[in-house]
Amino acid sequence: MSLESIMYLRFEGIIALIIFLLLVLKLNDADDRVPQFMNGINILLLVNFLIGLFPMVDGTLFNNFFQTTELIVLQKNILNFGVLLISFTSTTWLSGNKNRIEFYILLLSSLLGAFVMLSSGHVLMLYLGLEMSTIPVAALANFNKTQRNSSEAAIKLILSSAFSSGILLFGISLLYGAVGNLSFDHIIAVIQPNPLTLYAFTFILAGFAFKMSIVPFHLWTADVYEGSPVGVTNYLSVISKGSVIFVFISVLYVLFGALKQAWLLEITILSVLSMTIGNLFAMRQQNVKRLLAFSSISQVGFVLVGIAGASQAGTTASIYFVLIYLLSNIASFGVIGAISDATGKENLSSYKGLYKSNPFLALVFALSLFSLAGIPPTAGFFGKLFLLTSGMGSGLYILLAIAAANLVLSLYNYLRVVKTMFIDQAEETIEPIQRNWPLTAALIICVIGLLIIGFIPSVYQYIDSLSFGIYLK
Amino acid sequence: MNILSLLILIPLVTAIGILISKKDQTIKLIALLGSVTQLGVAIWTTLLYMSLRKAGATGDMLFQSTIKWFSPLHIFFSTGVDGISLTMILLTAMVVVAGILVSWKIVFQVKEFFFLIVFLSLGAFGFFISTDLFMLFFFLELAVIPKYLLIGIWGSGKKEYSAMKLALMLMFGSALVFLGIVGLYYASAAFGVPTWNLQQLSHLKLPIETQRVLYILLFTGFGVFTALFPFHTWAPDGHSSAPTAASMFLAGISMKLGGYGCLRVATYLLPDAARELSWIFIILASIMIIYGAFATMMQKDLKYMNAYSSVSHCGFVILGIAMLTKAAIMGAVMQMVSHGIMTALFFAAIGMIYDRAHTRQADELGGMLKQVPFIGTAFIIAGLTSLGLPGFSGFVSEMTIFVGAWEQTGIFYRVATILACASIVVTAVYILRAIGLAIWGSIQNKEHLKFKDASWSERTASILLIAGVVFIGVFPFWLIQLIQNDSITIFNKIYSAAFAI
Repeated sequence: MSLESIMYLRFEGIIALIIFLLLVLKLNDADDRVPQFMNGINILLLVNFLIGLFPMVDGTLFNNFFQTTELIVLQKNILNFGVLLISFTSTTWLSGNKNRIEFYILLLSSLLGAFVMLSSGHVLMLYLGLEMSTIPVAALANFNKTQRNSSEAAIKLILSSAFSSGILLFGISLLYGAVGNLSFDHIIAVIQPNPLTLYAFTFILAGFAFKMSIVPFHLWTADVYEGSPVGVTNYLSVISKGSVIFVFISVLYVLFGALKQAWLLEITILSVLSMTIGNLFAMRQQNVKRLLAFSSISQVGFVLVGIAGASQAGTTASIYFVLIYLLSNIASFGVIGAISDATGKENLSSYKGLYKSNPFLALVFALSLFSLAGIPPTAGFFGKLFLLTSGMGSGLYILLAIAAANLVLSLYNYLRVVKTMFIDQAEETIEPIQRNWPLTAALIICVIGLLIIGFIPSVYQYIDSLSFGIYLK
Repeated sequence: MNILSLLILIPLVTAIGILISKKDQTIKLIALLGSVTQLGVAIWTTLLYMSLRKAGATGDMLFQSTIKWFSPLHIFFSTGVDGISLTMILLTAMVVVAGILVSWKIVFQVKEFFFLIVFLSLGAFGFFISTDLFMLFFFLELAVIPKYLLIGIWGSGKKEYSAMKLALMLMFGSALVFLGIVGLYYASAAFGVPTWNLQQLSHLKLPIETQRVLYILLFTGFGVFTALFPFHTWAPDGHSSAPTAASMFLAGISMKLGGYGCLRVATYLLPDAARELSWIFIILASIMIIYGAFATMMQKDLKYMNAYSSVSHCGFVILGIAMLTKAAIMGAVMQMVSHGIMTALFFAAIGMIYDRAHTRQADELGGMLKQVPFIGTAFIIAGLTSLGLPGFSGFVSEMTIFVGAWEQTGIFYRVATILACASIVVTAVYILRAIGLAIWGSIQNKEHLKFKDASWSERTASILLIAGVVFIGVFPFWLIQLIQNDSITIFNKIYSAAFAI
């Protein structure tokens, strides 16, 4: 193996190394003996993130089974960044947990799967990566082993993901029947819109829709989000979802670019359903995690609006939005996790008067919710409006009108939480919560990101310059 | 550096200053200092603008500058003002100073309150100086959440309900506006490079089918902010639940964002559709005027009274814009200024009474003029302006609208104009009745004998606003001079397109 190929596999290599290191440590029970273990692992992840930032040339490996481009590197960096922040926000929770090394091993295995999936140049590699990124999460969902709903979440996740993988595989086998070879280059060259490829595409779409929790394939989402530990929910909503969205864009635009007329309609329908149902169901939720579960369903609906734009602007806007969504969601789940760790409360009603007792947490939460709702000056405003703007490019006016209506609906959901924290009076409020430095740092990073990304146009321009090639190669 | 960027920078610096200071008194002083500086800069800009115009500066907008924002999407941070936007900026600066002075005695969460107030004004200033539609929309939305929090936290009555209603309805309006401006953006792509820029868009001749759809979207969207019937229901609840300063901002500034948008974006950019479809909005405006006036008659609560009368008065703004004549457009702009100052004064006076009496029911008050003569006088002046007494700004602006509206011949326009004129009688009834009940008469409640008259801050705020009302009422030509050219530009744009066909 040449030095160059090691460079191509840089992200995967480092993650694998960390996993092995952790395995060895686990065998020696190192985490019990070293009190600073959590700081150590956070620093390790930080180093991992920083190494990822070094520039890398494009290239392919293993007969085009593995490919890397600047855009893929950016996506991996975004995911690395997200995992780093999630680790920061979970520090309090994991400090008291005996199995924290296992947590990181599973988490990083899943991340490794996501990386493989992003870099895949062959449908089988894609499938392998997807599975590898999902299955460890099911084990993670069950991480609070003593809790019943945690086990329930894990079972629901593993069953639904197995089911969706089945559907996906069926689609892939149909695709194989249609084109004869599953490498991306070959598929792009020979794929034609005919009934068989359409069937194949529909099944593959359904498989992806499960992973992205798009309505009507969303039924597992709320229960799994609610039952899993907050850190895992955070990972599910941000990294799992984000990585599948990244892959989905390239699968849709590159692999199935020839079927554009067909998928435009399907994506439109899924998008409308996701946005509307996600928002409507979020209205009555009393549990904050469930509320954010439905909110994340509707957010994916918005991403689909951008994807339906079927243009370079659509790709850019989607990736840009995922970055912003990642910051907003990590911040909100960070706050939820902090409160849940300290008090065990996850109900909206227990957030009453939070601003009085914990002004910092309440402000961070409010800002991230405003970002999710698309309120200026937070970055979510730009992210969401760029999605809608690029969606208009396909001339889907009705989709746009529904998306605009959903902006209003979603505002209601998020304002409900803001109202609880800032306006409602409560007899007993949550006591002031002690924050450790990693959590504070992660929240501050998220908030700064949310406040300034919209005013640094170079972020958007950079993504735009990278997504030039991806649309209909 | 461009002088207009100061108009955004000063509120921004003020807001940051408020955030980092600790003592309540410091916060208030910073807010006041910032807003007074802002008023000074606004006046200075206006004088500079007038001298430039006198020196022969042409161009629709002056003080233009453009900075790249999101170049792949052709979004620019571009600013520029003409007479109409300057008038709006002056109005905003004035109401902000008055609003901060009126809130001087607030004790609950002082920092948050003044931060939100200043933040809200930042949105309005940014809105009026933008010449890029995306930027304009950004600032339009910027002001929604501060309103929600101001009403929700410091409000009274059924504040949660009102605040949520206001936020959702305004969001609905801005969603329509967003669809409209994205539509404009894509429509302009047919002429080469797509653009969000107001002036570039104004030179395009969009196909009439596109114009129709976008005109309805944009006019209705901005109309929601101006309490356009049937989307006016947020206004009475929102105004009456809001704390005094927020009511002043809502009625004085926020509703003007909508009026300005209807004129500058919907009518100016889509002239063909405006000529064809403005009758819809004439009907809606007439309903607003008549319905608002009669609804006001039924109110006992002074704030609800002023809120419904605001709906009625903003109907005049819509009517003026939709009539599409030179005088009517000019009158609409004047009415926006006049109503902005007048309603701010009204809400300030009501707030002062409420702070003392803890009731706003007209029939529970009485004899206020005897006990608190200053507040009573301010109330009466606001009332007289509202019913259009000559010498105050209301008369000048409403008169201009009526004259302009009469220029449109045709039975339909005549009926609308006559109906609007007739509403003044109703206005006189409810204003005089409110004054009679609450201000004149004798004191009924013994508790009311303990009231103290206005404090220095309340006096300063009232005097500032009264000065504005009287100044426009007595020297209207000063304002006319500022906005005349731009109204004619808009008018010419609407009809030049007609001759080109």
